[in-house]
Amino acid sequence: MFNKSTHDIAASFSRRGVLAATAGLMLGLASLTGAKAADGTIKVGVLHSLSGTMAISETTLKDTILFLIDEQNKKGGVLGKKLEAVVVDPASNWPLFAEKARELITKDKVSVVFGCWTSVSRKSVLPVFKELNSILFYPVQYEGEESERNVFYTGAAPNQQAIPAVDYLMKEEKVKRWVLAGTDYVYPRTTNKILEAYLKSKGVAQEDIMINYTPFGHSDWQTIVADIKKFGSAGKKTAVVSTINGDANVPFYKELGNQGIKAKDIPVVAFSVGEEELAGIDTKPLVGHLAAWNYFQSIKSPENEKFIKAWQAYTKNPKRVTNDPMEAHVIGFDMWVKAVEKAKSTDPDKVIDALPGIEAKNLTGGTSKMLPNHHITKPVFIGEIKGNGQFDVVWKTPSLVPGDAWSKELDGSKDLIGDWVGKKCGNFNTKTNKCLGSGS
Amino acid sequence: MPAHLSARLCSLALSLFLIAFALPAFAGPFEDAVAKFANDDFSDTEEAIGVIAGSGNKLAFPIISALQDGRLMADPDSKKVYVTGVDGKSIDAATGEAVASVPDSASAVRLNNRLRRSVDAALGSLTLQSPDVGTRLQAAQSVFKSHEESALEAVDAALAKEANKSVKTALGEARAAILLFKSDATEVEKLEAVATLKARGDQEALALLTGMGEQPASVAKAAASAIGSIQNSLAVWSMVQNAWYGLSLGSVLLLAAIGLAITFGVMGVINMAHGEMVMIGAYTTFMVQEVIRTRYPGLFDYSLLIAVPLAFLVAGAIGVLIERSIIRFLYGRPLETLLATWGLSLVLQQAVRTMFGPTNREVGNPSWMSGAFELGQITITYNRLWILVFTLAVFGILLAMLRYTALGLEMRAVTQNRRMAASMGIATSRVDALTFGLGSGIAGIAGVALSQIDNVSPNLGQSYIIDSFMVVVFGGVGNLWGTLVGAFTLGIANKFLEPVAGAVLGKIAILVLIILFIQKRPRGLFALKGRAVEA
Repeated sequence: MFNKSTHDIAASFSRRGVLAATAGLMLGLASLTGAKAADGTIKVGVLHSLSGTMAISETTLKDTILFLIDEQNKKGGVLGKKLEAVVVDPASNWPLFAEKARELITKDKVSVVFGCWTSVSRKSVLPVFKELNSILFYPVQYEGEESERNVFYTGAAPNQQAIPAVDYLMKEEKVKRWVLAGTDYVYPRTTNKILEAYLKSKGVAQEDIMINYTPFGHSDWQTIVADIKKFGSAGKKTAVVSTINGDANVPFYKELGNQGIKAKDIPVVAFSVGEEELAGIDTKPLVGHLAAWNYFQSIKSPENEKFIKAWQAYTKNPKRVTNDPMEAHVIGFDMWVKAVEKAKSTDPDKVIDALPGIEAKNLTGGTSKMLPNHHITKPVFIGEIKGNGQFDVVWKTPSLVPGDAWSKELDGSKDLIGDWVGKKCGNFNTKTNKCLGSGS
Repeated sequence: MPAHLSARLCSLALSLFLIAFALPAFAGPFEDAVAKFANDDFSDTEEAIGVIAGSGNKLAFPIISALQDGRLMADPDSKKVYVTGVDGKSIDAATGEAVASVPDSASAVRLNNRLRRSVDAALGSLTLQSPDVGTRLQAAQSVFKSHEESALEAVDAALAKEANKSVKTALGEARAAILLFKSDATEVEKLEAVATLKARGDQEALALLTGMGEQPASVAKAAASAIGSIQNSLAVWSMVQNAWYGLSLGSVLLLAAIGLAITFGVMGVINMAHGEMVMIGAYTTFMVQEVIRTRYPGLFDYSLLIAVPLAFLVAGAIGVLIERSIIRFLYGRPLETLLATWGLSLVLQQAVRTMFGPTNREVGNPSWMSGAFELGQITITYNRLWILVFTLAVFGILLAMLRYTALGLEMRAVTQNRRMAASMGIATSRVDALTFGLGSGIAGIAGVALSQIDNVSPNLGQSYIIDSFMVVVFGGVGNLWGTLVGAFTLGIANKFLEPVAGAVLGKIAILVLIILFIQKRPRGLFALKGRAVEA
């Protein structure tokens, strides 16, 4: 909403010609994208915000895809053709995401798009991908409750991040009382609904669950931190499960530190705080707070070491960090390349059919597989924040966890499955044996 | 052969003797426990902490404090464990002998939160009789938190020797906490413990009392009454706390809005780029800290004091530049000004994004801005307190400047009646530029303070622009006192609404209230009267 008005006013401005500078800037960005189409290349669309509020997270993902394309081209490209990136900037503006997606598919004729971060941006491009029948790889952990034919979800579903994290706290830290704190939008709301149902199924009473939502970019956390402190002093071990998004995390952790809440008293496990986010904070007061991800930069594996080295060399920054959504893109990109080679074509229908069952090495030493519901199998790690802004893995799942498109914890979705191989349906009800179709 | 056998018997007897008297150095369990650190397994580490803390060995303290600071190194190959000292010298943890160097294959023993609690508890009982008062107090507090029965003896021993009053109280409370959970404590002891905790009267005491489980009837009754009285006093304190939070939020709002009160309030320029001036101030702070970190690390605590004048100059200079190059052509055309400054804010944001990158920049808190102190039952964080003081100081200086300096007089003259001021020989366009520069400079100063509580990112300004306009309009355009009262009113109202309605609804409620208020009093709390309004 906010961003839309930004865009409109900016547009009306460049019309008036008062703000040539803005226009110039936008042109500059556009020229990045409008690289001339050479014959015999396969085009790969990159749909990540490079300006606006989400640029903080998404810029890195754009760089990741450019890096992966570069590496693939060094190996001779795909099907004997070079890959060519087409980068557009949807500027953290949700309707613009749909516009730019349409532009990528119809004008630039890309074979596949890697993009989106927020769920709302994904929802906004969905109809475009369905209508024009193209492929989107979505690399970020999300709330689940979705399985679309044209989308491949390489980030974590709730059962690959939130539920294992809660299990860890219950078992290892003996947590009995829960604060579910989130930013007020779809991902935290759905995740918290799933977690609440899960906790109750484990025998946690309603009075031991506190749910709290804050607006985007909330910066005055005094009251909420004091409330958490109060809630945590009921004689039961308490933990905070945080789905607080983006920038609001920094003041939240600062306030925790200042009010003297240490991880050993009330640990916070976060689903949106990774290496990239910690780069902007002094992490010493945060040591011991947790994050649940499917990848950490600190994980020691030959694949990971090789990747980090190549990435830092590519970005010419020996301190450049890596994070979970980047790994999702690495896996997704690899899977797409393999599917194209298997289908011997970039035709979306053939690639979509080829993708389920494709396996790709992840960076943590395992092999992820694309499932019929278009989600992938991933290991889950719990990491503790260290003083240097990295994570120390304290726990991991014994094997890879397959992603559930539909949560088993919610009444509305526990009978649903996504199966694009056998049933050709994203929301198949196993009780009634019916496909709900796109109407639901 | 017999000689050999007898030697072995001898050594066996000796080691049995040593174990029996729990003498350190060569005893088995201690050494075994130390070796467990090398297993890199959290349960083994926990066991080792327990054994070592209870061993009475003089190495126990150095080992466990090294574990806490990540200075305990374990070699997984040789199963040897080393304590590296703060001075860089290392000893073998099992024997206490100095070693020349720690092998490269050794890495720091890892901890998780559960272990950190065990370490705290262990260190607590080990340092109860430390010569340093601060350490003793901390030790007593960590024993209070862990309230493990094993620490009771150490607490009693320390209590008998303790002379310092506050440490004595803390020890008494720790003792009470232990007794409360000790199954075989007498009823009298438990009643005493409840009374001690009631006197402490804070949330932690409340937590212990509510969490203590089955108790004899008399104890349960005493506990219930203690819980009631603590809850009552905490309820009163929570009002005080809300008021403090309100003042603190109000000070942040005021700080962000003062600059706007000049550019919009006094000059009437709808300055949408105001937030970006705040951002520029924050980035100036970042630059200052960068230079200090790399060149003069000793000056870090003064970084903010250095940043304040610099931020004022940088943001002020940019403000003058903007006024001269854009805004002066748009006086009297509010819509165009709005659009021009909005566009400008986008340009500034993207410029900063290009220069510094889209990610957050780390601005550290100097030591005097970190942490908190307890006032009664509420926690006051230093950064919020200093921001409140700083805001009031900035406000006072600004007010004095407008009232007592020649420039202030000229500014007021120009705003009240431009033409008359011009005919009295005031260079109005120079005054305009300076006024806009002053407003921008003050926004820059606000950025220095806000960098301490918020993200330093290109989006910093966006989050304050709406709030700033809200405060200025609510307080009454053109009146600095109105801005002050408006900011604190909104801050306090918000903080009293937040616990009831939640952060999201609270904010909405405030906006609705402002809309209703503006319907009733379109000119805000303190409306300017007279000709100036029409000018």
